[in-house]
Amino acid sequence: MVAIIKRYRAFLLLVLLNVVIILFGYEQGFIAFEAATLNLKEMLLVLPPIFVLMGLLDVWVKRETAIAWMGDKSGFKGMLFAFLLGSAAAGPLYAAFPITYTMAKKGVSITNILIFLGAWSTLKIPLLLFEFSNLGIRFTLIRLVFNIIAIALLSWLVKGLMTEHDQQAFYEAIEKNDAFVS
Amino acid sequence: MSWFNATLYIVAVAALIFSFVKDKKKTRTALKKSLKSIENILPAMLVILMVIGVTMAWISPEVISSLIGENSGVWGVLIASVLGSITLIPGFIAFPLASNLLKLNAGYTQIAAFISTLMMVGIITFPMEKKFLGAGLALKRNLAALIYSVLIAFVIGGLMLWLP
Repeated sequence: MVAIIKRYRAFLLLVLLNVVIILFGYEQGFIAFEAATLNLKEMLLVLPPIFVLMGLLDVWVKRETAIAWMGDKSGFKGMLFAFLLGSAAAGPLYAAFPITYTMAKKGVSITNILIFLGAWSTLKIPLLLFEFSNLGIRFTLIRLVFNIIAIALLSWLVKGLMTEHDQQAFYEAIEKNDAFVS
Repeated sequence: MSWFNATLYIVAVAALIFSFVKDKKKTRTALKKSLKSIENILPAMLVILMVIGVTMAWISPEVISSLIGENSGVWGVLIASVLGSITLIPGFIAFPLASNLLKLNAGYTQIAAFISTLMMVGIITFPMEKKFLGAGLALKRNLAALIYSVLIAFVIGGLMLWLP
């Protein structure tokens, strides 16, 4: 019980803070709870299938296979695959971070992980359709073309700008999550 | 967007059944991993959801409109980028909001900056990103996305004027 409270302390504090806001008579407190619940529903809708698929990929796809498809030497094929995986996603960007952990463990290259994140953030298919219906075909297409080029270039650039220290932090992060998940 | 979610569920269930028929033990391990992963991010995710709720309550669409709508020019773009980086609005609210902003005479440059940073840059989610990518990579990814978003906003704004 204590452990659970400790794990969720930041969340509980925020809830408490919002209750205080309500007690002081600000309607923003209610709006905040409403917005949070709405987003929670969205998350609960998209997370289960994504995480089930991730778990299945984790047990069925061998490390060697993942390396061959999306590892350091996978070249254009790996990039294409990272783009496709990212755009077939659903849900907000932060839902993608736990998935990059599994990818990294399977030996997917950092560049391809960054491409995957980039595609997830801006190339999700339902999102593009929604953008098109709200902001028009011209705006959506211009952005799409630039984004595809930029995701590839920026991923390569960010990977190149990683220092030794950053690499270390990256692998330490994976180890820490290992300790929790396994 | 619901057809897409439906497809996702169908694919996941089909994959699950296929996996279960082939190997029950592996499937059980897979599901355990799925659950553990969700449990791993749940505390951070709940915090993010609450922070989104609080920011959306205080920085409402009306506030965003008043900040971006009347400001054109470079300041408008910078404000739009900051708002986009801080707030975390789901697409089904963000795009109608952007479309409204256009009607309120915001330029395409500001809208592009807002949309791009909203999608690619996450200040609220940074602690979570750091937990999975390490601080250095998370920081560099966000900075690169921020710089790109601002630069490309001007290009898009220019092209929207210039293209027929």
